[in-house]
Amino acid sequence: MNTSWFVVLSAFIFCIGAAGVLTRRSPLVILLCLELMLNAGNLALIAFSRMLGNQDGQVFALIVMVVAACEVVIGLGIIVAMYRRRLPIDVDAMSELRG
Amino acid sequence: MNPTTYGWLVLGFPLAGTLVVALGWRVLPGRLPGWIASGAIGLSFLAALGMLFELIDRPEDSRALVGTAFNYLDTGGMEADLSILVDPLSVFMCLVVSGVSFLIHLYSISYMTSDRGFARFFAYLNFFVFSMLLLVLAANFVLLIVGWAFVGAASYLLISFWYRRATATAAGIKAFVINVIGDVGLVIGAFLLFDATGALDYVSVFERAGEVFGSNDPQLVAACLMILVGAFAKSAQLPLHTWLPDAMEGPTPVSALIHAATMVTAGVYLIARCHPLFELAPAAADVGAIIGTATLLFAATVAMAATDLKRVIAYSTMSQIGYMVLGVSVAAYGAGLFHLMTHAFFKALLFMGAGSVIGAMSGVQSLDRMGGFRKAMPFTFVTFTVGALALAGFPLFSGFFSKDEILAYTLNRGGGYAVLGLVGYVAALITAFYAGRMVFRVFFGPAVVEARELEQGTLHHGEHANPATGEAEDTDVGFPGPEHHIAEREWPMKAAMAPLAVLAVVAGVLGIPGVTDTFEHFLEPTFEESRFATTAPGDGEEWLGLAAGGVFALVGLGAAYYYLLRNPELRLATRKRFARLHTFFVNKWYFDEIFDAGIVRPLRRSGQFGRTVVESTFVQGVIVGGTVGLVRAGTSFARSIQTGELRAYAALLLLGMSGLVLYFLIVAT
Repeated sequence: MNTSWFVVLSAFIFCIGAAGVLTRRSPLVILLCLELMLNAGNLALIAFSRMLGNQDGQVFALIVMVVAACEVVIGLGIIVAMYRRRLPIDVDAMSELRG
Repeated sequence: MNPTTYGWLVLGFPLAGTLVVALGWRVLPGRLPGWIASGAIGLSFLAALGMLFELIDRPEDSRALVGTAFNYLDTGGMEADLSILVDPLSVFMCLVVSGVSFLIHLYSISYMTSDRGFARFFAYLNFFVFSMLLLVLAANFVLLIVGWAFVGAASYLLISFWYRRATATAAGIKAFVINVIGDVGLVIGAFLLFDATGALDYVSVFERAGEVFGSNDPQLVAACLMILVGAFAKSAQLPLHTWLPDAMEGPTPVSALIHAATMVTAGVYLIARCHPLFELAPAAADVGAIIGTATLLFAATVAMAATDLKRVIAYSTMSQIGYMVLGVSVAAYGAGLFHLMTHAFFKALLFMGAGSVIGAMSGVQSLDRMGGFRKAMPFTFVTFTVGALALAGFPLFSGFFSKDEILAYTLNRGGGYAVLGLVGYVAALITAFYAGRMVFRVFFGPAVVEARELEQGTLHHGEHANPATGEAEDTDVGFPGPEHHIAEREWPMKAAMAPLAVLAVVAGVLGIPGVTDTFEHFLEPTFEESRFATTAPGDGEEWLGLAAGGVFALVGLGAAYYYLLRNPELRLATRKRFARLHTFFVNKWYFDEIFDAGIVRPLRRSGQFGRTVVESTFVQGVIVGGTVGLVRAGTSFARSIQTGELRAYAALLLLGMSGLVLYFLIVAT
């Protein structure tokens, strides 16, 4: 099977994720979209790894998954904390780090 | 014991005295600090005597010894030891310095009794003596410069001793600044010598200078001129003299010790010490002779017109040092140093007498206010008169033999030097005149109130005020103490003045031409290689010179007597007749004004320019302000990017990434 199909699919998923990050205001959905982007990257890594016939890409994919898991843990933790403090669950409302 | 061991002792006692008095001022009671300090100098004098006797015991050709304590500096071909040179010249200087210092310490014990800074004064004074001895004993230029700078610092501390007097602190600063000019000259001179000879100790420098330099080699002349700058600044020769009259703001014993007897003669010592160099560079020696002559004439004329008693003596000091500089510059080393010694005696004596008179006047120093102290202060009168006669060169007094010997040498060199010698004789006439003027104005004439009170047994106590400006003062630390002291009532003052008075009369016997010549014989080992030994006058010529000087002295004293006592109207008429000349002299030839207009004010103006234009416009406005503006603009831009909007960040990130990807795609195809 031609590798370019996998790459095209990966690009699609990445763009969908990116569009979600840019357009949605709920942090929960943004996290989901981030996962989409990461997995798009994984897909591309594995596809190239297969094409070239070495395992480096697969190892990277594993590392990306670990990073994604950590990110989700922290991200969800932050969202729970916001919820407990009754803050609006809306990224646009949270712009206190303005310079 | 080895002479150098004595040399280290000579240095050690004053240093120990300084430390004990300086660290123990809180616990030492009453006059004890003064006695400790005087004892230290007395021991130092005894050690110097020991050095003398050890040296005389040696054969003449081995009378120069170097003692090294440790290697001070040894790097890159440069070597400087902490070492002292004991030879007839340095022994002679040590004897004069420590001997006169001892007597002045003794005098100060009485003079400074009621001053709140008593212990501080003696700590400074001992430090000065230590520095001065270090200067004369140093065996290389490094140590010489150390001592040179130390005496400058001690002089500053002592001039500004009454530190709450604005005039005194200003005078101290002036002295320090001018002395630093001299220090710089000396350092440059030493560097030029090191550059050519590769050595810093006297013995090697003088040895190699003969091989490296031809006669009047430009670098050698430059080095000698730089050394002369150092000597002139320390010895108050034209045009670096203006600090000395102002230095009279210090206590009178300081004037006697530092600004008459010892420190200001350091320049003479330096020229004598470096005589092998000056003989190789006659051009530089001639500069010294000319400046010395100019100074001796200038200072004598000012001394004739000045009315502040201490300043008259200060200008007289300048003038006498001019004679010494002239002497050592025309290779009359023995005569020049002989005059250094006799001058130390009679000038210290004159200052002590002046201190006593000022005590009786309760601080007033103006000659116009004095008069008729002869009966009230017989001891001061006799000693002061002896000092003045020695200064005038009255026949058979010590100054007669020393000063006129210099002039005899100068005349004997012939040519242009004869002119210098004649100028010297003219100044000798003026010297005799102002010496007489001091005595007649202070001790003769109608008795002033203070003198009459003293005759009835009470010491006058006036208001405490600055003698220069008349500002009222209290008597706490930083100002003179409440009581005044006169020699008639204080035995330490008498004990200090009496030996000096005797020496001022009889010291001449050390150098009667053709009869004793003890002094020149003693110094001979140091100067035996002098190329000008042949130009020394014979005994007959020396006696001729002495006779001429004696005549001038008598004429000058007679003129003073005639003008001041016999015929005061004539004096006033003459003053009116030559009013312009008189104001010219009173204003010290306008040297201070010239320096003020030529150096001080332009410097101040350029400083003002720097402050207003360079500093506030350029540095503050352009450099500092510009940098601040740039940073501020940059940060405000960076701040505007930080919106705090998460999605904006994400969009920027994506944009940037897409940009990068696009770029690589374009590059790849």
